[in-house]
Amino acid sequence: MSHKILSKKQLCSNVFMADIEAPLVAAAAKPGQFVIVCLSTAYSERIPLTIAACDRQYGTIRLIWQAVGKTTAELAELKVGDEVENILGPLGRPSHIEKFGTVVCVGGGIGNAPLLPIATAMKKAGNKIISILGARTKELLILENDFAAVSDEKIVVTDDGSYGKKALVTQPLDEVCQRTPKPDLAVAIGPAIMMKFCCEVTRRYNVPTVVSLNTIMIDGTGMCGGCRVEVAGQTKFVCVDGPEFNGHQVNFDLMMKRIQAYKKQEQQAFEEYKRHKCKIGLDS
Amino acid sequence: MNEQQSKKLLDELLKKYRDGTLKPSDRLNIPPQPMPVQDPMKRRKNVNEVALGYTEIQARLEALRCLQCKNAPCVPGCPVIIKIKDFIAEIVEGNYKKALDIIRENSLLPAVCGRVCPQEVQCQLPCTVGKKFKNVCLSVSIGRLERFVADWGEKLHDASVPKVAAETGKKVAVIGSGPGGIVAATDIRKTGHDVTIFEAFHKPGGVMVYGIPEFRLPKAIVQEEIDQLKTMGANIVCNFIVGRTRTIKQLMEEDGFKAVYIGVGAGLPVFMGIEGEHLVGVYSANEYLTRANLMRAYDFGKGADTPIARPKKVAVIGGGNVAMDAARTAVRLGAEKVYLVYRRSEKEMPARVEEVHNAKEEGIEFHLLQNPKRIIGNSDGLVAAIECLKYELGEPDSSGRRRPIPIEGSEFQIEVDAVVVAIGNGANPLIGQTTPGLALNKWGNIIVDENCKTSLEGVYAGGDIVLGAATVILAMGQGRTAAAAINEYLK
Repeated sequence: MSHKILSKKQLCSNVFMADIEAPLVAAAAKPGQFVIVCLSTAYSERIPLTIAACDRQYGTIRLIWQAVGKTTAELAELKVGDEVENILGPLGRPSHIEKFGTVVCVGGGIGNAPLLPIATAMKKAGNKIISILGARTKELLILENDFAAVSDEKIVVTDDGSYGKKALVTQPLDEVCQRTPKPDLAVAIGPAIMMKFCCEVTRRYNVPTVVSLNTIMIDGTGMCGGCRVEVAGQTKFVCVDGPEFNGHQVNFDLMMKRIQAYKKQEQQAFEEYKRHKCKIGLDS
Repeated sequence: MNEQQSKKLLDELLKKYRDGTLKPSDRLNIPPQPMPVQDPMKRRKNVNEVALGYTEIQARLEALRCLQCKNAPCVPGCPVIIKIKDFIAEIVEGNYKKALDIIRENSLLPAVCGRVCPQEVQCQLPCTVGKKFKNVCLSVSIGRLERFVADWGEKLHDASVPKVAAETGKKVAVIGSGPGGIVAATDIRKTGHDVTIFEAFHKPGGVMVYGIPEFRLPKAIVQEEIDQLKTMGANIVCNFIVGRTRTIKQLMEEDGFKAVYIGVGAGLPVFMGIEGEHLVGVYSANEYLTRANLMRAYDFGKGADTPIARPKKVAVIGGGNVAMDAARTAVRLGAEKVYLVYRRSEKEMPARVEEVHNAKEEGIEFHLLQNPKRIIGNSDGLVAAIECLKYELGEPDSSGRRRPIPIEGSEFQIEVDAVVVAIGNGANPLIGQTTPGLALNKWGNIIVDENCKTSLEGVYAGGDIVLGAATVILAMGQGRTAAAAINEYLK
């Protein structure tokens, strides 16, 4: 079964969004779950991508990704009508959605993509939603309007102050935690370092915090253990036990080292890919 | 013996054989035929198959070593009861096609089994020739003969696709495309049922594709078996994970499947639970081998996109075939030193003798009666060394093997930059978690009866998810048993 790209959009400089045919995944997917994409059976790597939304009626899933390596760049090169050879899913445990009261949703950079379906489901379950969206700069902020639609309150921050407040997400998060009543739950999704510091803030205020981890994976079914993290001192597999965990129990320092394991090789592959692309560009 | 000498010997023996004057003592005098292999120094640098297979002369000489015992003790040693004595007799005659047909009556994947079966503990263990010499290594090389016949068939593209009976229209789901699934699907399809294999990976073949390396089992062989199944009209759906994409309940209640065979393998790596296992550079054998085999990481940057670490000093923990595969893969990925660390002695190693031999030839250093106590990292979180304890063997444990006992205060360190943990697999919980009513034992393995039937009507299971860690041939045996039960159930 192949998966046709039905629509595609560039959200900002290197972030892309596409709706892709995957009727079986769309029928089964719940917020918080992800897919493994493998562009070509012959040579591609398998990469995990969160399902940002799905449309059961049309049998499509929405993927949002940042072109930071060879495979994500190749995916970005595909056009409407092109096909993705392999999509496996939905994988991972769905988010735990219920009426908690007030839920503060903290998204950093590309983390807004996996956060949106959770915020949407939390809103639908009757929660008050406070969204804190952060980006390095205005241009890189994604899905702001989508969050506005499901949020009772929306706070935007940028590292350089080009839009919203000049701050890191931890600052408004700290302020929100100081309110009475304090939030009943925090959901933080973004770079590992951001999730780590968000958890340090919420721990001080004793606000339960869910994080969604994006580790290195191969099969996504529990078989390889490459995605393992330490949670409350125990080994957990992100693909089958997660991707969401109690953020206060995650050993982020270890996780950050593990996700860097192939940095050098990934960069080398990406550079070579870009060089190759350039050459093609010159020839044509 | 060079080829000319072998040819001469064969001619002499065949003449006696035809005259009816070939005595058992003549047969016992034939030198056991060694398996031609790639030179160890050369093969360290490539991923091509190590064992090259018998020549025709070798195969017939080896076949003549068989005493053709009336009681054929080898046959009950085979999990699928191949008529070993009969197919060997046909090799002597040069009737390879007939030999292949005899094997195929019982085994669907002779090219695979001839390569990866642990014959020395199965058919070759009770072999009279081996008993005579009091050495199982001198038994008739049944596995190599099986492989010879299978390869002969494949070279001629004599696929001889099994006949499929008239369509029954009854749908059967086979979960997992490993050896058990392939065998079950073939047998069920033969009866005319509409079989669909569901595979979670993007390529079918299961452990034969992601786990067992190319140098031991070329992927082209597995592909031929898959292609044959497709020719028979079985459907193979990849990227479909039962339990998440669809549950067994949905397959049976909504999608019209009348019966299900679960052959998903073990699929959950066991770690040691020691300090340092999260360090960068510590892999499960599953991850290490999947990167290397399925994803072809050895071609990273030359066509393949999946990276793999290329450490200089690697410790592989474990003593089974998977440990040997991982150690030998590390050699091929350019490691200068590969240590195989095993807590018992070589005698207790579950790995095949031939693979242990091959591993040693390739320069892998065996550290026996040792086991890691912790893995030591550097300031960047990368593996720097393992600290091991020395062991001695005590009284036999429940497995019948002598229990390894750590020697207190015997700690020492081995400097390494990667550790591959190959100490086995647990049961993947996904099917159990998503299939209400499916009875599991306390380790999470599916409980089945002698027909491989589970606690659920119409649901059968076999292979590692039932047996724990088993072998390709045992999985195939169960696939066959379950298929017979499913065919009976659907009558």
